[in-house]
Amino acid sequence: MNTHATPSMNSESSGSHSQGNKQGGGLGTIIRMSIGLMILCGLVYPFVMTAAAQTLFPYQANGSLVKDENGQIVGSAHIGQAFTDSKYFHGRVSSIEYNGVGSGSGNLAPTNEALTERVEQSMNDWQEQNPQMAVSEVPADLLTNSASGLDPHITPQAASVQIPRIAKATGLSEQQLTQLVKNHTEEPDLGVFGEARVNVLLLNMELEQLLK
Amino acid sequence: MTLLGWVSIGLTLLLVLVLARPTGIYLARVFHSEGARMPLNGLFGPIEKLLFKLFGIKETNQTWKSYATALISTNIFMMLLVYAVLRLQGSLPLNPSGIAGMEPTLAFNTTISFMTNTNLQHYSGESGLSYLSQTLGITFMMFTAPATSFAIAFAFMRGIAGKPLGNFFVDLVRSIVRVLMPIAIVAAILFVALGAPQTFAPTETVTTLQGAEQQIARGPVASLLSIKELGNNGGGFMAVNSAHPFENPNGISNLLHIVLMLLLTTSLPFAYGRIVGSAKEGRVLFVAMSIMFIMMLGIATTAEQAGNPALHQLGMAGPSMEGKEVRLGVAQSALYAVVTTASETGGVNTMHDTLTPLGGLVPLGNMMLNTVFGGVGVGFVNVLMYAMIAVFLSGLMVGRTPEFLGRKLEIREMKLIAVTLIIQPILILVPTAIALVFYPDTISNAGFHGISQVLYEYTSSAANNGSGFEGLGDATPFWNISTGLVMFFGRYISMITMLAVAGSLMAKRPVPVTSGTFKTSNATFGTIFVGTILIVGALTFFPILVLGPIAEHLTLWK
Repeated sequence: MNTHATPSMNSESSGSHSQGNKQGGGLGTIIRMSIGLMILCGLVYPFVMTAAAQTLFPYQANGSLVKDENGQIVGSAHIGQAFTDSKYFHGRVSSIEYNGVGSGSGNLAPTNEALTERVEQSMNDWQEQNPQMAVSEVPADLLTNSASGLDPHITPQAASVQIPRIAKATGLSEQQLTQLVKNHTEEPDLGVFGEARVNVLLLNMELEQLLK
Repeated sequence: MTLLGWVSIGLTLLLVLVLARPTGIYLARVFHSEGARMPLNGLFGPIEKLLFKLFGIKETNQTWKSYATALISTNIFMMLLVYAVLRLQGSLPLNPSGIAGMEPTLAFNTTISFMTNTNLQHYSGESGLSYLSQTLGITFMMFTAPATSFAIAFAFMRGIAGKPLGNFFVDLVRSIVRVLMPIAIVAAILFVALGAPQTFAPTETVTTLQGAEQQIARGPVASLLSIKELGNNGGGFMAVNSAHPFENPNGISNLLHIVLMLLLTTSLPFAYGRIVGSAKEGRVLFVAMSIMFIMMLGIATTAEQAGNPALHQLGMAGPSMEGKEVRLGVAQSALYAVVTTASETGGVNTMHDTLTPLGGLVPLGNMMLNTVFGGVGVGFVNVLMYAMIAVFLSGLMVGRTPEFLGRKLEIREMKLIAVTLIIQPILILVPTAIALVFYPDTISNAGFHGISQVLYEYTSSAANNGSGFEGLGDATPFWNISTGLVMFFGRYISMITMLAVAGSLMAKRPVPVTSGTFKTSNATFGTIFVGTILIVGALTFFPILVLGPIAEHLTLWK
């Protein structure tokens, strides 16, 4: 099967203008090929992939849904949730309030005054809720809006600075909470890719357990 | 940025480097087999044969005109099919969340966007598309659009090597069967293993730990993700694209995203070297593009690491984390932003609107130059066009008729190249001016950054990239129609002119190589090539860049 004819051929041998139809390039081919590829790439492929995924990795394929001890689904391990109660670890700023069907961010440019105002507001809120911890200790990820508005993680440092507040609100000791954060700290993947992080939902779920 | 950040960038690029050459050789053996047995033919041969038979495709060579006609009519017919799916999705199956049909100007924009490999998205994936539209519409085009690019790139390479151009239908089906589909299948399974959903079950409603109700969108994400990156498409299943934890759950998935985006586009110079019979010809282009890439990466990473002085003044230390995800961090976010615009993919794992001014200038620059690797296929055609301009300029300086690969570049070729070259700034700057005058109310970040927002939208459309400064209120009929037209002309005009160049060069009698022949395979040429790109690009776009990102940078760092 030689598509490209001989290497030395440097002009169209058949050279006719009606080539299209004669050589299998007519409208019939266009219609058959387009519809055929639509079915192949647009239906067969995703359905076969779904069947394979549901067989091999059912947990991930369905959205990594996590359950509490009663078997009740409380969320997804990959999707952040809004935490405002002072007994919980809080996640990042989310302009969409962690709406899982409306991912997005405020898209504020570095020069936008709304950005500086919002950060100032977050700093003031912090000082009010965490009188034990100076705002200068708070890492940037707690004061900035994530890209997705659904960021499930904070940095380990962002978790640590919240410990005094949570200790006060829950009565748990700071050592206990430090250990909890340590247990939930994930290192960069393969030791290199991405950043060290703590999953806020999973952290708070275990915190709940400690409170029982 | 930590040392670890740099190490992660280095390792990622090393992996890309290792894969580029073997992939390029595989591609050359598939698209330029010259009768030899293709690799893995036992597996793919029968499938390909069956599809050729079903579709009525015969393996015969086309002239550049019939190749171009076949390409454009096929693309237009596919657009009609997908336009119908998007408009009618409300009454079609696989719509568990009950999403209504798409509004006409938005469907117009979306259809062109995906057929042209742009993937500009003026809708939100979670709430704007049914599962059927995501698969039958979007995923389908994510295969056929890069396959179209592939086809044209190989037709062009064959032409300038003096060989027949080949057959569009053969090239299109072959790209899918032998390249895109097999890799996409493997990558999709990997993405699921890493945490991306792959289900047709509807949105899940849960009661959160704090007792609130949360809806969690999911769907057949992984099968779209793999081809989104591999085909340099870039359109996300979810609105925030690769920043969404389901599309990019961790550092390994991010690595996979980046490797897939660069895999085919970095391999093309090696395929080209093999097709024209001299590995050096391809290598010099690869090295030249890599140097530009590293420069761009250096600027973007440093700028993002430096952070935002406006926030530092408030007492917040550290790099710019606004619009970034914790698990990905600054290093991998800056790298992704550079890769997605160098490869004209257009997916994002950080919000480009929130990038620092210089961090945002780099993606803009990549798209304006469109030669730092460039999108799969058409990007490389653009690179070869700049190589011809470099040869032409050198020829002018020494007063000799320029030759490229042993064929004379004459008036006809240079006219076609000049048209291609002038189209892009017209498509970007004219609509930018119109939008700034008549639709300033769609800008969300006032001041210099507002100019960048508008400029970015049209640059991204013209380069068929698809990323955006997403604060822009672009879901309006004006934006839908104007960017739709820019994407359409940005894609097809250059395809036709460059195919014409290939057709014209193919027909020329090769001139013998002498001691006076200007070599296009050494470092001197590489330098002239980069210089040409920077000078032509800078002359065209420097004034508007001063008004946008550069002015914003100077305001911030006064």
